[in-house]
Amino acid sequence: MSNAPIETDVVIIGAGPCGLFAVFELGLLDIRCHLIDILDRPGGQCAELYPEKPIYDIPAYPIISGQELTDKLMEQIKPFEPEFHFNQRVDEIERLEDGRFHLKTDDNQEFITKIVVIAAGGGSFTPKRPPLPGIEEFENGSVHYSVRRMSDFAGKDLLIVGGGDSALDWTLNLAPIANSLTLVHRRDKFRAATDSVNKMLALREEGKINFLLGQMKEIKGENGNLSSVTISGPDGETEVACNRLLPFFGLTMKLGPVANWGLNLHENLITVDTEKFETNEKGIFAVGDINHYPGKLKLILSGFHEAALMAQKANQYIYPDKKVIFQYTTSSSSLQKKLGVK
Amino acid sequence: MPKITFIEHTGEAHEVEGDVGMTVMEVARKADVPGIEAECGGACSCATCHVYVDEAWTSKTGSPEEMEEDMLDFAFDVKGNSRLSCQIKVTEELDGLIVRTPEKQF
Repeated sequence: MSNAPIETDVVIIGAGPCGLFAVFELGLLDIRCHLIDILDRPGGQCAELYPEKPIYDIPAYPIISGQELTDKLMEQIKPFEPEFHFNQRVDEIERLEDGRFHLKTDDNQEFITKIVVIAAGGGSFTPKRPPLPGIEEFENGSVHYSVRRMSDFAGKDLLIVGGGDSALDWTLNLAPIANSLTLVHRRDKFRAATDSVNKMLALREEGKINFLLGQMKEIKGENGNLSSVTISGPDGETEVACNRLLPFFGLTMKLGPVANWGLNLHENLITVDTEKFETNEKGIFAVGDINHYPGKLKLILSGFHEAALMAQKANQYIYPDKKVIFQYTTSSSSLQKKLGVK
Repeated sequence: MPKITFIEHTGEAHEVEGDVGMTVMEVARKADVPGIEAECGGACSCATCHVYVDEAWTSKTGSPEEMEEDMLDFAFDVKGNSRLSCQIKVTEELDGLIVRTPEKQF
C-alpha cells in the first residue's frame, strides 16, 4: 500500500544520537524534520547495542547509559516536534527537477524534501544470516528473518531457531496457525521475557510444539523450497522436516542501499567536507559514524558538532533570503521561545 | 607481557603480546589478527569476537557469565569451550593462552 508522499524541509535518515541532535540544531533555525529508522525506536546503536552500557565521553556527563542519552536527547528535541517513521529503511533517493529529493522506503512511504541528512551510523541494522551453505537460495520464500504477515505461515511446518524474545514471541504467535512447529535452541535456557518462556514451556508440555536442543548444521531442499534442516545436538544429528525456517540470531549492521545513491565513498563511509558536512551531492549531508573526512573520529560528540555545522548550511538552502544572526540559547529570547522555556 | 596465540580455522597461528588488563579481543584487534570482528567494540552485545579456548586453558579463563552466555546464543557453532574474547581479561596467568577463531564470525 502506498501512502501520499510527505513534503518536508528535512529528512534525517537514522534516529541515533547524531540524527536526534540534528533535529535540535535544525529546530533552532526553524527547520522541522522527519526521521526514518529501521529500528522500532529511537537511539540507534545506543538503544540496540548498548542501552545499559555506560558511556564516559559525553561532555558534562561523567557517566551516562546509551538509553539515558537517548531519553535525554528525545527530551531536548521535543519542542521541535520531530516526526518519526520507524521500522523502515530508505531504499531510494532521487533528485527531482526542482532540486528537491524524492525518497522511498521499503514500506513504500515516499518523501519529498529539500534536504537529506544521512545519520545512519554503521548502516542499517539487518537480521543476521546464519552461515549455512546455500541458505540464500531459500530466502525467497522458505527462510524468513522477520514476520511481516502471519498468514504466510498458516498451515506450514515451521522451524524457529533462537532463544530470545523474537524466537519465543513468534513461537507463541505462530503455533496456533502452523501445521507443526519445532523450536530449536542451543541450550535449555532462554533469555526472553519470563512470561513468554513460561507460555512456551506450557505449549511444550501440552505437545503443541516440539523442542529440540541443538544448532543448525545443514539445510536441504530443492528449487528454493526448503524440505529439512539438520540439527546437531547432544544426542547426535536430527533431520527436521520443515518448509519454513525462521532463524533469530539478532542484528548486524550493513551499509545497505546507501551504497547505491551515487555518493562518493571511502571504505564504505560517505565522504564529506569539514565546513558543512555535505556530500558530493548538494543538499545531501552526512553526519556521525557514517561519514569520513581527514581526522575523523567516530565519537558521538564529533557527530554533534557535525550536526551543528550541517544545520547552518541547510538553513541557507531552505531560507536563502533569511539574514543569519548567530545566537546563543543562554541569552537569545527568540531561541528560548522556540525551546518553550520563555 | 603475556603471549597469546590465535589460531585461524585454516591452522595459521598468530602469536601476539598483550598487556595485563586488556581483553583478549583488544589484543587481537591491536595486532590485526584476522578472524575477530568485534563489531560492537567490546560491549558484549554482538558475538563477533567468538573464540574457542584451547581445552588446556579453559580452567584458567573460567566460564562465561550469564550476559556472555546469552550473547553466545547469537554466535554460530557454539561449543563447550566457546567464549567471547571481549570478556576474557589478560592476566599474567594467561601467558601462553591458545584460542582458535571460528571459520566465520557471524
